[in-house]
Amino acid sequence: MIQLDQLCWKVAGRTVLEDVTVSIPANTYAVLMGSTGCGKTTLLEILCGLRLPTSGRVVLDGVDVTQLEPRERGIGYVPQDLAMFPGLRVREQIGFAPRLRGVPQDELNERVNRLAEQFGIAPLLDRLPDMLSGGEKQRVALARALAAQPKLLLLDEPLSALDESMRAEAVSLLQRVQSEHSLTVLHVTHSSSEAAALGHLHLRMNAGRLEVESKA
Amino acid sequence: MRWSRSNLCWLALALITAGYLLFWALLLGATATYSTTESWLKVVQSGEIRHATWLSLVTCSLAAGFALLLAVPVGYLMSRREFRGKSWLDAALDIPIILPPLVVGLCLLIFFQTPIGKVIERGIPFTYQVSGVVLAQFVVAAAFAIRTMRGTFEHLSARPEDVALTLGCTRFQALWHVALPAARRGMVAAFCIAWARSLGEFGPILVFAGATRMKTEVLPTTVWLELSVGNLEAAVAVSLFMVLLAVVVLVVVRATGEKV
Repeated sequence: MIQLDQLCWKVAGRTVLEDVTVSIPANTYAVLMGSTGCGKTTLLEILCGLRLPTSGRVVLDGVDVTQLEPRERGIGYVPQDLAMFPGLRVREQIGFAPRLRGVPQDELNERVNRLAEQFGIAPLLDRLPDMLSGGEKQRVALARALAAQPKLLLLDEPLSALDESMRAEAVSLLQRVQSEHSLTVLHVTHSSSEAAALGHLHLRMNAGRLEVESKA
Repeated sequence: MRWSRSNLCWLALALITAGYLLFWALLLGATATYSTTESWLKVVQSGEIRHATWLSLVTCSLAAGFALLLAVPVGYLMSRREFRGKSWLDAALDIPIILPPLVVGLCLLIFFQTPIGKVIERGIPFTYQVSGVVLAQFVVAAAFAIRTMRGTFEHLSARPEDVALTLGCTRFQALWHVALPAARRGMVAAFCIAWARSLGEFGPILVFAGATRMKTEVLPTTVWLELSVGNLEAAVAVSLFMVLLAVVVLVVVRATGEKV
């Protein structure tokens, strides 16, 4: 379960997030909507530890992680631009987190191959990021995040670069991934149809404040 | 109509570029008229000049290498972090670029007469030594390398490093595994700029390391020494040799960098 407790974030005298308080139960697919520049990405960055809140707490499964480093939180993050690592092949991108954690080579290969099969990117394992389409990059970025076996996955408009035909396929992939990995997901989007198809819990950010719109 | 205007624009830009190159070609061509085959042969056969060439190559490469080692962390810090006093630090980092070269040499000379400098000299002697040549070149070259590396990191998105942090990296690991591989071409460019700046360095070397033949004499010092005894032809030949050497080394390094 994620609990955000009175989170505030101010920059240069401007309040970006104000008294953000919400609970997202475990294994929930939460969707966050809101206008451009309302603080959605800032909220994700605070959740995964890339920014320290001005005040308030982030609690994951009962543990206050507000002061923890991003690597200590067990949170997967897929940003809007997907942030592929330049010069690393797909195999190395997916194996990045397990290698850092000293996972033995056999187990690492097995984990990479399993995720590549699951995401339909096994034929791409030896490609560099420059040789991938938008949809392929999106799958690689998801597989890379899941290889770290996170408890919570944060997705920042992950489908924005896909065309309409690929988006429907990506939505079903995300549903499958969430249920197969028993993940809690917080997904930022501007698309109402995407939100309706995916979200168990619908959140809306308005002028730095978070409101619960509906629960499925 | 649109095409012809566009072509006119490219033509104007090409003319400006060609004009600049022509200016340099005229400068070098005029200089070359003061050089003869005999003076070139003397340059090639002279033990002093061969020593100065070798010393220039070694000291420039060392200074550029050390400059790059400093430029990567400083450039990364300046591009990725906001902190109080950053604009002051930014200005301070540019001091070696603004200072007259002779003043840099004078500062080095005076520093090594202070108690701290004397302690350092007891470990590694710098004043009027080859190590002093490297230090004098490094001090100026590092400022240019830092500018280049800072620009490189500023042009790279920080997002992949952020993702690496969430995947289990420390900040140092994110720099090592993600930022540095992405910045490799910028590193080659920074090395080239530092190397080229070191090759042309004269003032600080003269003041701090001296101009002792077969000891601290590098190619710019040779030009000065030859001029000071009225040997214009040899000075010109060495100058042109420096141009040739710089072009060859920079082309080779850049070609290698393209493949990285």
